[in-house]
Amino acid sequence: MDTQPDTALRPDPIDEPTRRASERSQALDPKSPVARFAADTPLLTDAGVELAPFQIAYQTAGTLNAARSNAVLICHALTGDQYFAHTHPVTGKGGWWETLVGPGKPIDTDRYFVICSNVIGSCMGSTGPASIDPATGRPYGLNFPLVTIRDMVRAQAMLLEHLGIRDLFLCIGGSMGGMQVLQWAALYPERVFAAMPIATGARHSAQNIAFHEVGRQAIMADPAWADGRYLEAGTRPAKGLGVARMGAHITYLSEPALHRKFGRRFQGGTAPTFSFNADFQIESYLRHQGLSFVERFDANAYLYLTRAMDYFDLAEDHGGVLANAFRGTKTRFCVISFTSDWLFPTRDSRAIVHALNAAAAPVAFVEVESDKGHDAFLLDEPAMFSAARGFIDAAARARGL
Amino acid sequence: MRTALGKPPLGKAQHGAPWESADALPHAAEGSGARVDHLVVLGLVPAGARVLDIGCGDGSLLALLRDRRGIDGRGIELSREGVNACLARGLSVIQGDADTDLANYPDRAFDVVVLSQTIQATRNPRVVLEHLLRIGRQVIISFPNFGHWRVRSELAFRGRMPVTEIMPDAWWETPNIHHCTIRDFVGLCRVIGARIETATALDARGRPMRFAMPWWVWNLFGAQGVFLLRREGVES
Repeated sequence: MDTQPDTALRPDPIDEPTRRASERSQALDPKSPVARFAADTPLLTDAGVELAPFQIAYQTAGTLNAARSNAVLICHALTGDQYFAHTHPVTGKGGWWETLVGPGKPIDTDRYFVICSNVIGSCMGSTGPASIDPATGRPYGLNFPLVTIRDMVRAQAMLLEHLGIRDLFLCIGGSMGGMQVLQWAALYPERVFAAMPIATGARHSAQNIAFHEVGRQAIMADPAWADGRYLEAGTRPAKGLGVARMGAHITYLSEPALHRKFGRRFQGGTAPTFSFNADFQIESYLRHQGLSFVERFDANAYLYLTRAMDYFDLAEDHGGVLANAFRGTKTRFCVISFTSDWLFPTRDSRAIVHALNAAAAPVAFVEVESDKGHDAFLLDEPAMFSAARGFIDAAARARGL
Repeated sequence: MRTALGKPPLGKAQHGAPWESADALPHAAEGSGARVDHLVVLGLVPAGARVLDIGCGDGSLLALLRDRRGIDGRGIELSREGVNACLARGLSVIQGDADTDLANYPDRAFDVVVLSQTIQATRNPRVVLEHLLRIGRQVIISFPNFGHWRVRSELAFRGRMPVTEIMPDAWWETPNIHHCTIRDFVGLCRVIGARIETATALDARGRPMRFAMPWWVWNLFGAQGVFLLRREGVES
């Protein structure tokens, strides 16, 4: 795709059925362990639905100690999954947070028992719109209830109970994962010893909702979306989902990073082709991002998870005062932002810090200098690692780990 | 101890005993390895207090207070290096700035607020000091004394902006934009209704000046002033 000039997103037709089968199998029967919750243990969602039965797919690394006091929960971002330190079953790539997690890393798997579960509503093995609705025997599609960040956290809490873990040493995540971290600290304050929300906000801004809406409309405008029934129709809204991803991907980067990586350089030569081919490297890169994304992600799940982020407003849930969400908390926080992140800019993190200050919570805050934009939290950022290491090591000492 | 001076600074008597000798600082002598000015602060902070250190650097004062006084400490520091050093010590420190971040702290959030060698670098010292008095029941503040004899002589005899150990930068690169003398600072305290509970001057090596002396001596020979303030009308 990168080298072949083309005018539109065009998934490779030959691999299509294989891909679909692989993704479907990961949605229903993932490679990772799965916790199944029967009809008598429903997930009570904010939308007022009792979701049952349902399942949560998860991965772990490290060993739970005898006191069960060394559990770390990683909360993944919008299009992330439970394979934080494991080979991805669809893409074959390594774990998405191996920069931060592993033996001797800031989240040291020699010392901590690390868990990450696929969020409810996603498509990598936890119940979501691609799962089979037991009432109809068909994929849920848009009959799946709208889920919220709080629903994701409730489901994670049920998983931890299932695993026999009462409280967390550390809850950490970036972006949508950071929203879950904040929600954890607000919903189960006595169960979170330390919390690290990274590159996130206590609410989704109007601009961020706007970007998400463009993505959703791109998916829904794709005829192959078939009103959300594409799994039964045997189609696939790859173009719509690809365009959604292309747009979103821009928001994860920064103008300086784009300029440094691509500038105005041409993809295949030194002159424009006077066509709508992907003349520029940046076009080719974005198309590649769009196409590789549709290989591993379900379009309806993308609708549901972007919606969950849009609905997130922690202050609104607490009488309009964010500090109320953290009143009386004993959790120690470390908030991290990145200078070039314009999706969740530093002022969003500062709003969290100010609320935590007002609630007299122990809070540390670092703004990391980086030109890599929002995605910096997933990348090799030594300044983030040293801050994380300092905070986590000190928290471990305080917990006697 | 009442001060030896006939007239307190700027004529009118302050409440309490503004100028005390180092002998009145009970804990200044204990401990080794710590900075002398930190030991002065240590002597002013009650055990178990909630303390906010603004411009806390690498957190050495907060760590000292935590280890010796069992305080619950928080910090604000401008530099990422400083914040990282604090994180490694297990301190809750936010990367921020005295001029912009103090407004977000609630009233009476801390027992003691410490502002060490920073007020002269803020854009609006008066607003900062008012926030300190609002946020903390007590305020400990130290600053370089621009009335020190070496400063005066640099200016008087060499006609140059002074560069000293405690003010090491040339005028074009110094962060210090609002210099004041000990006497000037006392004036600001009066203007905003800050009661001076204790005050002392440190010599050029950061040691408390040993004897009670008239204020003009301190204003001339003190390299820095250390004040313990409280807002007027607020009792302990």
